[in-house]
Amino acid sequence: MDYKEAGLTAGIEIHQQLNTKEKLFCHCPTLLRDSSEHSGEFFRYLRVTESEMGEIDRAAQEELKRDRKFDYFTYDTTCLVENDEEPPAPLNDEALSVCLTIAKMFGMTPVRQVHTMRKLVIDGSNTSGFQRTALVALNGVLPTGGEIETICLEEEAAQRVKDDIFSLDRLGIPLIEITTSPCMHSPEEVQEVAEYIGMVLRSTGRVKRGIGTIRQDVNISIRGGARVEIKGVQELDLIAEVVRREVQRQQNLLAISNELTKRKSSVNDTAKNVTELFKETKSTVLKKAKRVYAIRLEGFAGLVGREIQPDRRLGSEMSDYAKKCGVGGIFHTDELPAYGITAEEVARLRAYIDADSRDCVDCCSGE
Amino acid sequence: MAVVKLDSGYNIGVNPDSCTFFGYPAESTVKKTRVPQKKDLPVLSIVSTGGTIASRIDYRTGSVTSQFDADDILVAIPELAKVAQYRTIPLATILSENMTPSIWQELARAVYKEIQSGVTGIIITHGTDTMAYSAAALSFMIDTPVPVVFVGSQRSADRPSSDNAMNAVCAASAATSDLGEVAVVMHATTNDDTCAIHRGTRVRKMHSSRRDAFRSMGIDPLGFVAYPSREVTLKSHTVRRGSRKLALHDKLEKHCGLVQFYPGMSPELLKAYEGYKGLVLAGTGLGHVSTALIPTLKKLIQGGTLVVMTTQCMQGRVCDRVYDTGRDLLSAGVIEGGDMLPEAALVKMMWVLGNERDPEKAAERMQEDLKGEYNRRSTHGL
Repeated sequence: MDYKEAGLTAGIEIHQQLNTKEKLFCHCPTLLRDSSEHSGEFFRYLRVTESEMGEIDRAAQEELKRDRKFDYFTYDTTCLVENDEEPPAPLNDEALSVCLTIAKMFGMTPVRQVHTMRKLVIDGSNTSGFQRTALVALNGVLPTGGEIETICLEEEAAQRVKDDIFSLDRLGIPLIEITTSPCMHSPEEVQEVAEYIGMVLRSTGRVKRGIGTIRQDVNISIRGGARVEIKGVQELDLIAEVVRREVQRQQNLLAISNELTKRKSSVNDTAKNVTELFKETKSTVLKKAKRVYAIRLEGFAGLVGREIQPDRRLGSEMSDYAKKCGVGGIFHTDELPAYGITAEEVARLRAYIDADSRDCVDCCSGE
Repeated sequence: MAVVKLDSGYNIGVNPDSCTFFGYPAESTVKKTRVPQKKDLPVLSIVSTGGTIASRIDYRTGSVTSQFDADDILVAIPELAKVAQYRTIPLATILSENMTPSIWQELARAVYKEIQSGVTGIIITHGTDTMAYSAAALSFMIDTPVPVVFVGSQRSADRPSSDNAMNAVCAASAATSDLGEVAVVMHATTNDDTCAIHRGTRVRKMHSSRRDAFRSMGIDPLGFVAYPSREVTLKSHTVRRGSRKLALHDKLEKHCGLVQFYPGMSPELLKAYEGYKGLVLAGTGLGHVSTALIPTLKKLIQGGTLVVMTTQCMQGRVCDRVYDTGRDLLSAGVIEGGDMLPEAALVKMMWVLGNERDPEKAAERMQEDLKGEYNRRSTHGL
């Protein structure tokens, strides 16, 4: 693969927990606990408010679509600050000092005065509904010639135990966020930069070690594609492969897009209720569904089922969006007959929706 | 230090000398959203004294705006629209530590007028620090046939986890219920599951920051509001809607004080109250101050100051007949304040002295139960 030809541009954000004596905004120890050791629990609802960083962001808007209640586990090593029942203590000097040391190692300029901001996070991982974060230093250099744009000092989020249950032991551990410019153009270069930054962080002797203590977000774009952020890569060795696969995904999506344009494809977005067609179905998925809707994707035949990444198809992408909006998922005629849906049922569906052999039919079921 | 907001949203402090003035940004216009109210729901009046219930922060300028009409509140807390229709009376925009007896009087008059106009109930938004004092003040100044509910929030309204919305929804539910007295409605636990309804004369802020800071002292709460079901349950000792006839008694004697005794306290401090009409003491245990203070107290009383003893224990009753010091205090003319909370006793004293000129009768009234502030029997432990 010629990544230069593909126009690959990538940047990374590295989040590393600091091994300080106390948390960032309270005097609790930065001790990770086993969730079975929790000494209490409580629950809250989060509501959306305007973020200090600007408008309500898209991630928060997505969360808003769902009415969610969050449960939290407390420990004898957490306090009312983690419970969002007490104002924060002043920012931890030790954590700031570690950040400044790291900033110096990258030749960065510290800001004259650090201001703590609130970043809206309403997925439940912060009891307050926001993450406290502060910009500490700007403009660093990498030996590869790339740049580090910023170093921020943030509070770590609570760890998800299961579903909407969170554990407060991790909430508030100081986290350094190092953001590079989009200065990398090959998967190997991304890996190399991540390794270098990791080495600098470890060389301070003041960062936490072990799985989960460092997480990488990778921003990837290719010519004609979209900027995609892949969050929470925990294994350094995986970074190059993550970049390769995302480039592959975007290139395959672009190829599908070109093919669709060539075929003059279109989407008839009026969904038809096809519940009746599956009244006698043997499919367990459809038997449970109260309603089934279908739309015709004109000229999409064969493309929805086309693989864009190992074990991922265009259909998987559509299904992910649908799931976020609250339905169980989507199935399409490129993959049928399957899931207990028979060839006769597919034929009936195609006929009912007026789809010919060049078209694909997407179905979605739910309550 | 000058503060610069970067495109990323972060603020940083920079040396003002490194800044160049280009001009002021264009005035931002706040888009007004109209929220339709359901005409078949009961009408509540929301009287605002500056609580954070519907305040908004403009992060661009850092200013807190408390534009206050029904639309603003319903945009901030849409669930309220399911409970009632709202009228809004912006009475004051103050931090509650800046509350004064004069504002209590304005508040009482405003609430009286609203009840007279026929609303189903009143919600008063209030900062939590002195909410209990104001609730006690309104309890004495108004005989109300409808619920008068104080509400606030412990965690600011600009955070997604704020308790403001749930407290407001529960307050509105209590204000449309069968309640018939002045109350405080706030979180009952740290969970977002229940609000407690507390009697205005028996409530105290018992924690500086927790959501469930407000507690009923010496009695059980008047009831609870479940969330999100909004179901209101009232206890048997709660005054019911329509039990009292509407009346306003808005006179207060402002020259009254409250002093907490501590070991080694100098009598000189009490001399500052010479000329005051009344003084509440928060004594130790059963209601004591040191023997060294008694001559000064005697002088104050002889000079016409009504002195009432309460206990800084917050729970339990004063009894100055057990120990010598207590008996000496009684001989000096100190009045026992029963199980009244010190703050409630202070507010009651202002009200009693504002309405009763005869010192003996005023002393008697301090030992009567007027609005549930003075229990004849101690039925409640810690």
